[in-house]
Amino acid sequence: MSGRTALAAQPPDRLAGRFRLAYPSGFALDVELDVPARGVVALFGASGSGKTTLLRCLAGLERARGGFLSVAGEVWQDEARGQFVPTFRRPLGYVFQEASLFPHLSVRRNVDYGRRRVAPAARRVALEQAIGLLGIGSLLDRMPGGLSGGERQRVAIARALAASPRLLLMDEPLSGLDARRKGEILPYLERLHGELEIPLVYVSHQADEVAALADHLVLLEEGRVAASGPLTELLTRLDLPLARGDGAAAVIEATVAAHDEFYHLTYLDFPAGRVSIPREDLGVGARRRLRVLARDVSITLAPQTGTSILNVLPARVTGLVEERPGQVTVGLDAAGTALLARITAKSVALLDLREGKSVFAQIKGMALLD
Amino acid sequence: MTPADFSAIRLTAELATLTTLLLLLVGTPIAWWLARTESRWKGPVAAVVALPLVLPPTVLGFYLLVTMGPHGPVGRLTSALGLGVLPFTFPGLVVASVLYSMPFVVQPVQNAFEAIGARPFEVAATLRAGPLDTFFSVAVPLARRGFVSAAILGFAHTVGEFGVVLMMGGNIPGVTRVVSVAIYDHVEASEYAPAHALAGGMVLFSFVVMLAFHWVSASPRRRAG
Repeated sequence: MSGRTALAAQPPDRLAGRFRLAYPSGFALDVELDVPARGVVALFGASGSGKTTLLRCLAGLERARGGFLSVAGEVWQDEARGQFVPTFRRPLGYVFQEASLFPHLSVRRNVDYGRRRVAPAARRVALEQAIGLLGIGSLLDRMPGGLSGGERQRVAIARALAASPRLLLMDEPLSGLDARRKGEILPYLERLHGELEIPLVYVSHQADEVAALADHLVLLEEGRVAASGPLTELLTRLDLPLARGDGAAAVIEATVAAHDEFYHLTYLDFPAGRVSIPREDLGVGARRRLRVLARDVSITLAPQTGTSILNVLPARVTGLVEERPGQVTVGLDAAGTALLARITAKSVALLDLREGKSVFAQIKGMALLD
Repeated sequence: MTPADFSAIRLTAELATLTTLLLLLVGTPIAWWLARTESRWKGPVAAVVALPLVLPPTVLGFYLLVTMGPHGPVGRLTSALGLGVLPFTFPGLVVASVLYSMPFVVQPVQNAFEAIGARPFEVAATLRAGPLDTFFSVAVPLARRGFVSAAILGFAHTVGEFGVVLMMGGNIPGVTRVVSVAIYDHVEASEYAPAHALAGGMVLFSFVVMLAFHWVSASPRRRAG
């Protein structure tokens, strides 16, 4: 997108930007972004790939010469026309890596700081709602100094929310926390996703966080966009690094269909069929994400009998890539849902696997992501 | 001590209080600018502010006397404005004291602003606070300790000045004769008893002030959120 096209109306449902920044250190950001302005967009990449810098550009905390940014139809930056909306005039919420609470203000006044600066007519998130969503009602009269890391980060998220942002930006809000604290916050983030219709741009280098939260993925490498697309698609693209390595996994969205109380199983439906997982306390009809690791998927040519594996789905081979000698990652399409299978090169030869071949995917295990 | 001595004490207190208040008003924007700017003028401005730390007070007093005297540029300006000339008046002493004590106020406040770092200001900006709003709602409260240190040092340093006062204000009882000058007069006249009373009082005052300064600067900072 060039600066000129900014003269045309901006699409109301997209977040589009172009930023070029060079630093004396040698790092350069050169990014064109065009992602949905709804749901969760994850900026994913190794440290030093430019995720945080890009997020700061979206917030206006960094100003790229010649930059452009429109959010849901509103232009926030168009340097070609000399336009740059300063950060404090942008209706956004930003959660930094460290909670960065104001140490001189109580939790209540921290949360209220942004809200009271928003005109009453523009307030769309009630203070009580932000406090309730993040479960910080009991902390309101405390000072930030006495809070745990997880509590601080929840307050920071509530503070950003209470300012009724039209765009939420989060920079690895869980990275400073141990696994337990992370587990404490992740459900709140998922609730935000479900209950508020605020688009969220989320920076992370953790594949599991991204798999749990993101709808759209932007893969950054050395300051550039290596790929951008729906999460399920990018995770399983064989030409991208995400499908490599031990953590390679597909994500499927499924609906809770029934529980089997006798065998302690929960059944979930998705377009390719029905799968079962160990009994989870979920309401029937709830939508959940499941993560299927490539190494937990094997391939047979005919549905097997006499196997302990319950989850077998018909699928079609969409591609093969030899990841390292002897190890092949197979891309599969199960009625529109992409899966990955990690098998040996010998198996590929024995089964004569080729692109387009119909097979059955046997899923040894899968994990609920939320 | 004579009534003149009490008048010197009252004058000294008035001078130091007024100087400190003016310095907090004038010095804070300078400290803010010095703490935040990336301008190449930062070094020269910081050096000028710090000059009174190293200049003999007589040098500062001499130049102030010359520029504010009837033939100096400032003197002409004040005359033209109908204010008369400043040397040998109380307002003249205040102006001289403000310049002389400037570094003792600007530097603690500047250090306190710098210690805040960029993050709280970025956070405030993402929460809709404009620059002025951020200054009063974030910078000033977070630099509170620096302001208290600055006020203590500015006040104490003004109380302790001698050379600049003598050059600029002379020794007019009730108008420009402060405690330090009064002590000098007593010693000149071999009146050691009142000299002892005033000098001892100054020692006690200075000790209390420095103790207060120590408490303010040494008490643990609240942990940053």
